[in-house]
Amino acid sequence: MAKIKGNIVVDIERCKGCELCMAECPTGTIAMSKEVNHKGYSYAYAARPDLCIGCANCAIVCPDGVITVYKIKI
Amino acid sequence: MNDTNQMNDIIKPGNIVYKRTDLMTDDILHYCPGCGHSTVHRIIAEIIDEEGIQSETIGISPVGCSVYLYNYIDIDCQEAAHGRAPALATAIKRLMPDKYVFTYQGDGDLAAIGTAETIHACNRGENILIVFINNGIYGMTGGQMAPTTIPGMKSSTSPYGRDVEMMGNLIKMTDIVATLPGTYFVTRQSVHSAVNVRRTKKAIRKAFHYQKLKKGTCFVEVVSNCPSNWKMTPVESNKWMEENMFPYYPLGDLKDPEKQQEK
Amino acid sequence: MTQEKELRLMKGNEAVAEAAIRAGADGYFGYPITPQSEILEYLMAAKPYETTGMVVLQAESEVAAINMVYGGAGCGKKVMTTSSSPGISLKQEGISYIAGAELPCLIVNVVRGGPGLGTIQPAQSDYFQAVKGGGHGDYHLIVLAPASVQEMADFVGLGFDLAFKYRNPVMILSDGAIGQMMEKVWLGPYKERSKDVPDWATTGKTPDRERNIITSLHLDSFSEERFNQKLIKKYEEIKSKEVRFEEFNCEDADYVLVAYGTSARVCQKSVQMARAEGLKVGLLRPVTLFPFPSKRISELSTRAKMILSVEMSSGQMVEDVLLAVNGKIPVYHYGRMGGIVTAPDEVVDFLKSKIGG
Repeated sequence: MAKIKGNIVVDIERCKGCELCMAECPTGTIAMSKEVNHKGYSYAYAARPDLCIGCANCAIVCPDGVITVYKIKI
Repeated sequence: MNDTNQMNDIIKPGNIVYKRTDLMTDDILHYCPGCGHSTVHRIIAEIIDEEGIQSETIGISPVGCSVYLYNYIDIDCQEAAHGRAPALATAIKRLMPDKYVFTYQGDGDLAAIGTAETIHACNRGENILIVFINNGIYGMTGGQMAPTTIPGMKSSTSPYGRDVEMMGNLIKMTDIVATLPGTYFVTRQSVHSAVNVRRTKKAIRKAFHYQKLKKGTCFVEVVSNCPSNWKMTPVESNKWMEENMFPYYPLGDLKDPEKQQEK
Repeated sequence: MTQEKELRLMKGNEAVAEAAIRAGADGYFGYPITPQSEILEYLMAAKPYETTGMVVLQAESEVAAINMVYGGAGCGKKVMTTSSSPGISLKQEGISYIAGAELPCLIVNVVRGGPGLGTIQPAQSDYFQAVKGGGHGDYHLIVLAPASVQEMADFVGLGFDLAFKYRNPVMILSDGAIGQMMEKVWLGPYKERSKDVPDWATTGKTPDRERNIITSLHLDSFSEERFNQKLIKKYEEIKSKEVRFEEFNCEDADYVLVAYGTSARVCQKSVQMARAEGLKVGLLRPVTLFPFPSKRISELSTRAKMILSVEMSSGQMVEDVLLAVNGKIPVYHYGRMGGIVTAPDEVVDFLKSKIGG
């Protein structure tokens, strides 16, 4: 049976740490970093990429368009 | 280790399901974290990109937070005086009827100082798209009361909450323009969740389509947040918006003749 | 449509409208106000949108009309608006933005007396507003002052040419007398509407160029100052190249009248009357009020004994005359207000009273 796997790449320096992506993620893939970027924002990252289903909800709700979403069927 | 490799294998150009459109410039948006303006900018850019109409589109930015729209979307733009964007759009469209023309306006711009320009452009049925961002507050000037501020809502000029008896009622511009014969498609949407972003994008795409068909004025309100001036986190502001703004500004189409025909 | 010049008897306002069609204007946006409503009426009756394709629209307000002009001008189109004093006041915000965005356009002010609602009769009391900027910020319009129905027509084409040459708004500063009176006027042949697109115009970004942005916003102070300096340079160029004026009997004049528009017509008669009495009086008529013929007035003041500025106002242009003369000889102002056109003999009497004094 085909399984869907996804992953995300966050443009860390453009992220403003608003956390909307984290709130929107249906699988709990995303967390906020402990480190900050050059603007001083804690940024989103794929803390549990194994959970990502590539639904792109995070990227679609992201105001700054910092998330690129990938998806494969395996 | 194997898992990590597998995860990294996914990250290949051929597997991209979503990436930022090239029609957004490289400038970092000046908006506060979590602001809906950024999302609506991106949606508009995506539609122009996907429809391949960059060379046919002229945007008009307002006075307010979104004055710098022209820095972010790679299209020809004019920056209007406060509230006057529909007047600019009227002339641009009439002088170049085959172009797509849209205005992007906040609630202070569209619903206070630009009320006359908005209503008359809609009433004449100008073939333009008006995108109206309603976050119930003046963002750029520091959180003053807007005509759309809901009763009881605090702002820097209604620090004890909007007292309707003293400060007047909120105004629902979208409901007003829906009554005008010149408008063709009037809808109220939001961008606080992925499903709502998808709906808003669909609505704006439809408005561009109707403009091509010269159907009249299309008016898309986006009820949005202002975390900084509402003094909330972005996630809290969206929740507050759902609970407090939506009862006054319910989402959905107010006017869409083609939908009515389907029924 | 005729390709020949054509002689007609017309009102000044009608001449503006007809000249706009013939100059190949792309758009007119206006709002009714006395004493210039004939312009919009004429255009609506002439239906140029069916012949040349010129857009004509009655806006919901003067504010909307001038902002339509901004939008149209931003697309590189030849667009114009007309109004009278109270309406021009309403347009000032838009005019400031147009100057700030360096857009070409034509604005006609058929002046009536004020302040406030004032009177619908002719006046010249909007001089300061026209030549000193009018709205907020550091800017100037190019200001043309017609003294006949012929010039009302001629200055439409000239105004558009100057507007595009300098990317600057141009104002025709007329008055209710010239707008309403009928005279014969030679109208030029119909010009095709231009298909040229200026490289700065917002017509849709194509792959061969960067996006065009029409804006007057410079949040960075250094950027705003650089822009102000650019404007100053432009105004200096305009001052050096575009000064226009006419002289009557100034060669041997001891006394020089300075008057524009309707007052200049009156003063031509005053010159004749004074000469008949043996007084050597001449007239300098500024055709451009910005740029002002300061240099010529300064030259005249080295050999004349006195200058009298005649305006239908409480004395506005006289300040620019004083600056030009710079204390060399006495300068006086005479003029009626309230919509009253100054009579030629009043000017002569006033002049004689000052000579005698």
